[in-house]
Amino acid sequence: MKQDMSASIHKALENQNLAGILDRWNYPATRAKAFEGVDFEALRTSIADIKGEAAGRLDELAETFKKNAEANGIKVFRASSAEAARQYIANLCKEKGVKKIVKSKSMATEEIHLNHFLDEFGIQSDETDLGEWICQLAHQTPSHMVMPALHLTKEEISDLFAEETKQPLDNDIQKLVKVARAAIREKFFEADMGISGANIAIAETGSIVICTNEGNARLVTTLPKVHVALVGLEKLVPNYTDAAPILAALPRNATSQLLTSYASFISAPTLNDDGTMKEVHIVLMDNNRLKMAEDPKFKEALQCIRCAACLNVCPVYRLVTGHVFGDIYTGGIGTILTAWFNELKSAEDIQALCIGCDKCKEICAAKIDIPGLILEIRRRAANKEGLPFIYKSALQVINNRKVFHTMLRTASVLQKPFVKEGFIRHLPMFLSGLSEYRSLPSVAPVPFRDIFKTIKQPKCAEKAAFYAGCALDFVYPDAGVAIVKILNKAGIEVLFPEEQSCCGIPHWGSGSFDMAADAAERNILPLLEGNPEYVVVSCASCTTALKKEWAKILKEQHRESLIPDANRVASKTYMFTELVDKLIKEKRLTPKEGIELHTLTYHDSCHAKRHVGVSKEPRDALSAAGYEIKEMNECDTCCGMGGSYTIKQPEISMQMLKRKLENIEATGAEFVSAECPGCLIQLRGGLDKSGSKVKAIHPAELMVDKFK
Amino acid sequence: MFENFKARAETSGNTEVKRFATTAQALGFIEEFLEKEEVKDETGSYAVWANSPILKEFDNEAMAQKFPGLNFKVTRELAKGAKVGITQLKWGLAETGSMAQDSTDVEQRLASALAWIHVAILPTSKIIADIPALMTKMHPKDDKYITLITGASKTADIERVLAIGVHGPERLVIVCVDDLELEGVAS
Repeated sequence: MKQDMSASIHKALENQNLAGILDRWNYPATRAKAFEGVDFEALRTSIADIKGEAAGRLDELAETFKKNAEANGIKVFRASSAEAARQYIANLCKEKGVKKIVKSKSMATEEIHLNHFLDEFGIQSDETDLGEWICQLAHQTPSHMVMPALHLTKEEISDLFAEETKQPLDNDIQKLVKVARAAIREKFFEADMGISGANIAIAETGSIVICTNEGNARLVTTLPKVHVALVGLEKLVPNYTDAAPILAALPRNATSQLLTSYASFISAPTLNDDGTMKEVHIVLMDNNRLKMAEDPKFKEALQCIRCAACLNVCPVYRLVTGHVFGDIYTGGIGTILTAWFNELKSAEDIQALCIGCDKCKEICAAKIDIPGLILEIRRRAANKEGLPFIYKSALQVINNRKVFHTMLRTASVLQKPFVKEGFIRHLPMFLSGLSEYRSLPSVAPVPFRDIFKTIKQPKCAEKAAFYAGCALDFVYPDAGVAIVKILNKAGIEVLFPEEQSCCGIPHWGSGSFDMAADAAERNILPLLEGNPEYVVVSCASCTTALKKEWAKILKEQHRESLIPDANRVASKTYMFTELVDKLIKEKRLTPKEGIELHTLTYHDSCHAKRHVGVSKEPRDALSAAGYEIKEMNECDTCCGMGGSYTIKQPEISMQMLKRKLENIEATGAEFVSAECPGCLIQLRGGLDKSGSKVKAIHPAELMVDKFK
Repeated sequence: MFENFKARAETSGNTEVKRFATTAQALGFIEEFLEKEEVKDETGSYAVWANSPILKEFDNEAMAQKFPGLNFKVTRELAKGAKVGITQLKWGLAETGSMAQDSTDVEQRLASALAWIHVAILPTSKIIADIPALMTKMHPKDDKYITLITGASKTADIERVLAIGVHGPERLVIVCVDDLELEGVAS
């Protein structure tokens, strides 16, 4: 990461306006209300189908659109590049003697820096969307794709308006809006040209659809005599009726509304109020979209309907805003669009901000795998530029079991002077930054793999192979011991394949898919030895590897021979709590009666909740074992660990942790649990550092003495 | 259908829904409304009434004389200075509390987009379910400019705080009329 990126992150973290504003909005709750009675999965599947199919034939749809719009009297220009689009509009301004332009919101015009370009010809462009106008007055780019000025406070906006309108103003938002209305209203009447974007372009009818809440697009397309719409090719859909699902999802997902105040379908020029005919020009812009459509992976991103829900739910975006996380287009989807509309290189720093929690993927109205595509950018960058030496070396070490494990064993000895109660205390000065907000765990004196050999197990017909994962093996071996004890009570004997090593998730997350495939290959056959009934994992990230990623990554890396075995591993893989829940329900595990109840809040690790789909099972199992679950706010929001993310983006990671700890404390629960050693390292370290009474404990340790 | 429409419309932002059995009652309400809003012949206090089927149902001249400042010819300047803009809408959508306007005629847009208050006349019989239902009734090949209107003009661009009346009306009054444009009756 570049130095200036660190500096801008640091600066952004000092100003938490946007995070506060998003909190007060309470998007998750208002959004849920807007979707009442709507089958979101069915709706977004239909959008993904329509737009996915359209992305496969953009060129053809553009020609159909052009033909139909021109038959209606609209002039259509197909601009291959940003430059071609700018030039067309500038020439038109010259031809028509345009001096003043009013604009309604258009990200495409931001993409091509149109205002700045026209300014050089002495043409004044005024934004009329309130948020865009505020950004224009502040000489800033939008920080959010739907609500451009969300990063500014009413006080800052009042100052901007006071300067623009040359009058003293107070900070009353209702009054500020009326000041803007009065100031902008005259501009509508004076303008020679109106420029808009479009939310949808319908090929069948040659129509564009424009949604606004303020009503400014209706004035931009009505009062000036010339209307120009700049439309990216990805806005094309084949048919009139295709607009219906987009209009159902866009306002609900963007601003928790059933529909925007105004949604206009413009299909032909209409008469102006003086009886002349309006001129309507539609600039259909490519600017690398056709190339994107040819890319088997990134074609999917053209399905985006620009609702910006991915920003609203992103735990990183809320902290750093779109000014750091994005360029013109912001947040998760913005990172992907930046890589294509600018160039791959410009997205390299931004992509590193994604922690891969998958919150956005769950909410995307067009079913785009946003984190997956960001990872693909990371992979391509790693292929092209190579990983930084230090990360590459670290990943190679992790992939060499003997070297890595020897290092961990050595560390457990070397750390001794610094260890107290399982945490590393008093780190040498140059390392102390790592433990500023979170105590670091120590490496256990004896790893689970050594302890396992000393455990006496009953002989059982049914076997489970236990995949411990590095963190549980070397940092939290007690959880491993608890897992063996509980499974034994259900009549399951635990096998521990000695050759198991890192699952490859760190390599996968760094974009080194070849090393991730190596990791898969080393583990698959050992796990199947002795034909176990189950493969039990108690780390959410490792479960993702075993259950979801190994077969996929082997296929991608063209290492086909082990795929059937990878699938066998996947089909046998259970998260530990998932299996315990099943065993309780099958009455193979019976909770003790009359035990003392304790209170607990449960943190859903991103991998468990959104990759593996396990969130109910641990709660059911822990409830049965005598814990009263007190749910925390944002229980499934990332804790900020994210594997190596906490090392690469320490400042963001610590802010995410801080919020998580506040949410945990607010429940008043005695314990917090999570089935992910990574999350536990983060939570336990944070709770220790803040001097909290809450204990972060692995579910297995919480349940070990709770069954008959 | 009407009850759903009313419930949804009235939560869409500074919107009131009235219902009248007859056109005469609805016109009576509109007259009272113009009086209450102190429509007069000075800028900022005009009322503009865009060409609508309902205009055939009463003596326009007489009403214009009764309310100086009420204009049945909508220009950009009159609309700019209007307190009240009156238009008739084609369809109502129960699912979202929206109305569909054939905005091809610029008068419709001027009267409904520039005035402080938009009085929207809607035949009760024209309330249908949702956008897919509307798409079987209105098509771009017939109507060059269609607008779906849902509530008053609004924004949350400053700190996500709702503010009503940005560039368009800050109040929407929907007047549903039961005996207007009934099936089989020419409108």
